[in-house]
Amino acid sequence: MRPKFIVGGIVIAAALAYMIYAGVTQSAVYFVTPAELRASAVAGKAYRLGGLVVPGSLTWEPRTLDLRFTLGDGTATVAVHHKGTPPDLFGEGRGAVVEGTWSADGYFRAGLILAKHSEEYKAPHDASAAGYRELIRTLQGAGR
Amino acid sequence: MIPELGYGAAIVALALALWGAVTAALGARTGRPALLLSAQHAAVGVFVLVTACFALLTYAFLTFDFSVRYVATNTNLGTPFYYRITGVWGALEGSIILWAWMLALYTVIVILRHRVSARAFYPWVLTVMLGVLAFFLLVMTVAAPPFARSSPVPADGRGLNPLLEDTGMITHPVALYLGFTGLTVPFAFALAALITGRVGDAWITLTRRWTIVAWYFLSLGLLIGGWWSYHVLGWGGYWAWDPVENAAFMPWLTATAFLHSVMIQERRRMLKLWNLSLVILTFGLTLFGTFLTRSGVIASVHAFTQGAIGAFFLSFLALVLLTALGLLAWRWDALHAQGALDSIVSRESAFLLNNVLLVAVTFTVFFGTVFPLLSEVARGVKVSVGAPFFNQVNVPLFLALIFLMGVGPLIAWRRASLDNLRRNFLAPVLVGVVAAAGFFALGVRSAIAVLTLALTVFVAATIAVDFARATRARLRVGERLFPAMRGLLLRHNRRYGGFVVHLGILIIAVGVTGSQAWSVQTETTLRRGESAELAGYRVRFEDLTASEESNHFKVAGAFTVSNGRVLGVLRPAKKFYPQEQSPIAYVDYRLGLNEDIYLVLGDFARDGSQATVKLLVNRLVSWIWIGGLVLTLGALLAILPERRKGA
Repeated sequence: MRPKFIVGGIVIAAALAYMIYAGVTQSAVYFVTPAELRASAVAGKAYRLGGLVVPGSLTWEPRTLDLRFTLGDGTATVAVHHKGTPPDLFGEGRGAVVEGTWSADGYFRAGLILAKHSEEYKAPHDASAAGYRELIRTLQGAGR
Repeated sequence: MIPELGYGAAIVALALALWGAVTAALGARTGRPALLLSAQHAAVGVFVLVTACFALLTYAFLTFDFSVRYVATNTNLGTPFYYRITGVWGALEGSIILWAWMLALYTVIVILRHRVSARAFYPWVLTVMLGVLAFFLLVMTVAAPPFARSSPVPADGRGLNPLLEDTGMITHPVALYLGFTGLTVPFAFALAALITGRVGDAWITLTRRWTIVAWYFLSLGLLIGGWWSYHVLGWGGYWAWDPVENAAFMPWLTATAFLHSVMIQERRRMLKLWNLSLVILTFGLTLFGTFLTRSGVIASVHAFTQGAIGAFFLSFLALVLLTALGLLAWRWDALHAQGALDSIVSRESAFLLNNVLLVAVTFTVFFGTVFPLLSEVARGVKVSVGAPFFNQVNVPLFLALIFLMGVGPLIAWRRASLDNLRRNFLAPVLVGVVAAAGFFALGVRSAIAVLTLALTVFVAATIAVDFARATRARLRVGERLFPAMRGLLLRHNRRYGGFVVHLGILIIAVGVTGSQAWSVQTETTLRRGESAELAGYRVRFEDLTASEESNHFKVAGAFTVSNGRVLGVLRPAKKFYPQEQSPIAYVDYRLGLNEDIYLVLGDFARDGSQATVKLLVNRLVSWIWIGGLVLTLGALLAILPERRKGA
């Protein structure tokens, strides 16, 4: 009986190795910076692009949900298009990682935006609280 | 004063733990009861001191003692009372105290329960448990001291991470850590078995219930984590194959494998080496998980720290694995199996295959989690594999495991005859095939969904066949129906507890299948009074309101949900915490057995005229929580003391 079990074990191990190999080749996502992407972009390949949202580049159209911005790393920039609401941690001058593909038309089509959380300590300051109170007033006054 | 007391208590506890570990080992070698007694006293002392540390830190939280850096970074004057207590274990330093406290508690329970009943193992068990405890106390005093001072003392603290202001976040770490630390007990017994050379079944019989207890808490922790992810994080999912989720899932998988493989050792005297290795691996994975989550080596939403702590855990993990491997090599000759596998068609084989598959899933999860590190070291490029990888590789393995869940408990030991197979499986297989045809006829077209659902029905049918047969046997000897069923559950509680756990897994499998296959979502911007439609639901944007809460500002949208008739108003919101750089989404939902409607507020116009909302209709997700409840009830049933006698 023993050989049967050894053969069984080898078959299972080989099947698992193949499934893992196939899984990796099909779902590998490469981390790149804008400069690296500019240097060797392959259309249709999955990338995770990380950089800083260039100040002044961000536009968002609520009705169509078109989100456009530029990611930069100091040496190169890449235009990014996305459909959806900007995530909570996302903003100009902040770090962001986007996942998607390079389009042959010269921009990066992002299916997913992962905003980076900064760990730095930020003391709560009254200015932001005042801003929120102002917001509350505006909303309450907004014609009901 | 308070911080110094806490710091002092931690240092004395560390010294006591080391003393206890050494004296227990010496007591085991020399057989002198006085040494063992001293170790016992040391262990109780450690428990008292760690409890004191915990109480002191809690006191510092309740009194807003911002001179303690940990308090200042995890609470502020606006943090509600409730979350000031739970904030104690909201971040790294406090969670290490919680861990050490639970480990000390388990050590005391082991002393109370096994001082007499497991005399041969007990001194070494105490050595191992106190040794592990000493490591955590070392982390507490050197790598992540919770009582470190902050200077200058801030007027107000930073506040708890807003995502942790939730009941799920109070119970999730507690349950998870009770599971992790609980796994130390079988590990300590396994090492004691190797050291004393008693590698027979005694350590397994002694730790059986300990393992189920740890498994129960680990399962509970994972389920609560999923629920938290679903109702707090606002992405509409419950499991993301995030490194931290994986870190908790891996020991659960190997512990599950262990729970099954011990049954073969008990019954057939096989798999001694395998069982010892599984227990060591499981404990190693709990340490590895902590390393992964606390070292920041793999970027993840949970990984809140970086620094020395990673090196601590990695070194300790290496020490544990090397010690365990050395002991295994030392006792190699005693680890041969006394029984042998007779046939591939037998319960032993089914259980063995179940173990191989569970370990294969563990390996896959491990591989996928550390893949970015591997690729960076090997090829210099950062490559990650995401959820598609884990799903693609694991789904076939999960399906095979579900199939075995039906086969394993019913098939005969040693060698199943054709008659045995027909008697147990003919009806369930037929039911499963009919179910597959039924699901197809109902319009289910995804092959994986049909297969999963049909397998689920097949396994449920095997459980029904077994239960009905056992009940009938009791009816024949004159028992009434309900007492017969209750008697079965209570007197064979380990077996039927296992079946109830299996039922829970099946219900979860249906929930996962449904939510993966049939959930839909859309995102849209609505002006006031406008509506959006999705899957038969109509969602109308009514208005936007803002309010000031104790420690944050809140902007909530009101959306009327209807499907022909009005179902109610959902109020997803955004919460603005002054100490945070960006708002936190607060989702609102209406849960149902078939589907949940789930709303996330995205952006909004500052004058309240329009709002962007994400609309999700998630199918069968509630089955996951219901299955989780069933699963934990089954585990509790299995934990009850066995009352076989007189059955």
